[in-house]
Amino acid sequence: MSLMEQLNRKALGLGVPLSVHLDVTYRCNERCEHCYLEHDGENELTTAEIRSFLEQFAEAGVFFLTISGGEPLLRRDCFEIIEFARELKFNVKLKTNAVLVREKEARRLREAGVEQVQVSVYSHKPEVHDAITKLPGSLSCTLEGIRLMRAAGLKVTLANVLMRSNAQDYAGVQALAAETGAQYTLDPTITPMLNGDSSILGMRVPAQGLRAVFRDARLVGDVDEFCAPPSPIDNEIREGIPCSAGHTSCYVSPWGDVYPCVQFPLPCGNLRRQSFSEIWAASPQLMEVRAIRAKHLSTCSSCSHLGTCTRCPGLAYMEGNMRGPSSADCEKSFLRTGVTTAGMLAGSAVPPPAPPHPALVQIQL
Amino acid sequence: MKECYVARSRTVAARQLGEEMVIMSAVDSTLFNLNPVAAMIWQAADGKTPLAKIVEERICPEFDVESREALRDAEQFVMDLAAHGILLLAESPIVESSAPTDKKS
Repeated sequence: MSLMEQLNRKALGLGVPLSVHLDVTYRCNERCEHCYLEHDGENELTTAEIRSFLEQFAEAGVFFLTISGGEPLLRRDCFEIIEFARELKFNVKLKTNAVLVREKEARRLREAGVEQVQVSVYSHKPEVHDAITKLPGSLSCTLEGIRLMRAAGLKVTLANVLMRSNAQDYAGVQALAAETGAQYTLDPTITPMLNGDSSILGMRVPAQGLRAVFRDARLVGDVDEFCAPPSPIDNEIREGIPCSAGHTSCYVSPWGDVYPCVQFPLPCGNLRRQSFSEIWAASPQLMEVRAIRAKHLSTCSSCSHLGTCTRCPGLAYMEGNMRGPSSADCEKSFLRTGVTTAGMLAGSAVPPPAPPHPALVQIQL
Repeated sequence: MKECYVARSRTVAARQLGEEMVIMSAVDSTLFNLNPVAAMIWQAADGKTPLAKIVEERICPEFDVESREALRDAEQFVMDLAAHGILLLAESPIVESSAPTDKKS
């Protein structure tokens, strides 16, 4: 077991919120077509409130702090927040589009001791990236920001959200990562907007494209291993928790609302009315989330993918049942392995169209 | 070893988790899990107190260990952490502000 796994296990046993994702604003200088946020900036947390909440997080044992948005650097006090977080010895990860990062900002992030910066890059082609962000010139600004951060000695990860409009470009973004000395991560998940609007789901990569992504060794390494049929389910898997959301991690909005995760919009309390420790220890909603074990999942508990599926309880919640399947993850498990999921068989997840290469599909009856 | 002063590096992330201390190096992202003895040395590493005094006044009474043996172990421990940039070592007090007031760690 790695030290990180030991750390997570220990935090779980002690009931410690090891990670917090804090969105300091929903305002943004880009208008990405797939974004799940509304860019309202009214009544955001003040600097003093955020400083107080950071102290509460540290007191509660939070170690990993992700500062994100919106575009966090649109806040004039963003560096004050980051520097205060580092004074409190958080491991700080910043998510930004890097459009506003120039030499001075890159140096300041490095001096503050930010551990890692994650930057969204959609394509190596300006016409594709800029069409997604709806900000002309954004790819050029973002790449300059990335280069400046790398030159300052920061660790940078290029986060490549994959969708219909950029499905052909991930190899180009990977090459950009290699060229700039950055890490690369790909995410094919488009989530409904937090207000429940699911119209943006039509931007998801079609099944055929996702199937090809899962079989690209440049992305997944050992394809046979990645796409292997699920292993038998044992008792440890049945007794396991679905994911860390609400167990060792949570999300805080720019208004102090606490949720199990940024993708799990179940309101659990507000930091303007209650302390973080009070919400973390006693929120009925968090307690409900924590009580769920894999064996309690209404459809997924009987699924052969139970031990390997990336099922997101937040996406399931947005589909109407936090104990139910997430159709997007059913689709991923199916496209990855060719084995039908329990959610598909129950009709709660719609199977994607048949693949053009039948040999890749093993239907489990 | 000559007189040895130790100071916590500003570049790390650190948090108390139960009786242990979790530390991540910003240099190479290595994660460390310090046991209660090591965590106490880390907390006491203010750049002004000699390591021998930390061992004598904090470690020995708390953990009921013999001081020479404890100091030998402590010297090895601080050298290991210094190699990863987690602690700063010097033969005289470390006056630069490398060991900030310990807030909530």
